[in-house]
Amino acid sequence: MKQTDFVEIVLPFKDKVFRLAKRLLVSREEAEDATQEILLKLWKNKTKIGDYKNVEAFSMTMTKNFCLDRLKSKQAQNLKIVHSNYTDNNTSLQKQVEAKDSVDWVSKIMEDLPEQQKIIVQLRDIEEYDFAEIAKMLDMNETAIRVNLSRARKTIREKLTNTHQHGIK
Amino acid sequence: MVLNNIETLLEKYNNAETTLKEEAELKAYFLSDNVAPHLEHYKPMFQYFSESKKEQYTKDVPLNTKKTKLYQWISVAAVAILMLGFFIPNWNSGPKTLADYSPEEQQMYLEAKEALAMLSNNFNDGASSLKTLSLASENFNVGLEKANHITEFSETTNKLLKN
Repeated sequence: MKQTDFVEIVLPFKDKVFRLAKRLLVSREEAEDATQEILLKLWKNKTKIGDYKNVEAFSMTMTKNFCLDRLKSKQAQNLKIVHSNYTDNNTSLQKQVEAKDSVDWVSKIMEDLPEQQKIIVQLRDIEEYDFAEIAKMLDMNETAIRVNLSRARKTIREKLTNTHQHGIK
Repeated sequence: MVLNNIETLLEKYNNAETTLKEEAELKAYFLSDNVAPHLEHYKPMFQYFSESKKEQYTKDVPLNTKKTKLYQWISVAAVAILMLGFFIPNWNSGPKTLADYSPEEQQMYLEAKEALAMLSNNFNDGASSLKTLSLASENFNVGLEKANHITEFSETTNKLLKN
């Protein structure tokens, strides 16, 4: 397999890998390192790539495991949890100013979620995978995923409602 | 009516029972500008989701391809062959002086040399006899010049006779 073939396979989901890593590891640098690690692992095993039924799902599982390991490991002591990456120029300025505060809040709320729920919200609400795919990636059954997702969504909603209506932080 | 629909969808959404299509509908609704005031607090959530999806991995991954070193080795081989080409002919050139040959060969060489010397001697003889010939032809030419004088003389006598 040549480099271009590999890039073609990897291109559609490398951003997803990165976003999942960032969801779990919070800081951009850490997420970039993790993504690089995952892609290099895939590259090293490129001869076997044809054997995987679904490279994307496989990579997402790998990412999840890698990031959780990273969080557990002692290296995680050095994790830079502070992040300063909110330079998103895609929305119009007015909208951004209006929403920025609340949008910030959503990310903070999500940081507080348990890891399992973080992953599920990430995969479902942001990457829009269907439940069967998520079940495969996380090696869980769909009911458990739905339960977790429902919990996560309700938590987000509650916290958002609180800040929105009462300004409670 | 639309609002009712959205509210039921939201209920389903919170119970994680919506399909991807329904969720897309919800997203579209909350990203639009006319969100009902009592649902306003959902807005940032969906905004956040759609914004997070835009984030991209921009770093390059150093995929270290195994460079085939074949080409380098080919050049090395080429140089080696060239060097061999320069040196091998000198190894095989064998004995170089007369003393290196066997006596019979030396004998033959000397005989051949003598025969050739004899030939060249005779040839020189022939050449010297040719010299006498050329001397004769020179004299002949002198004679011819003199004969020219005679014809000149006879021409003038003819002119005189005509007159």
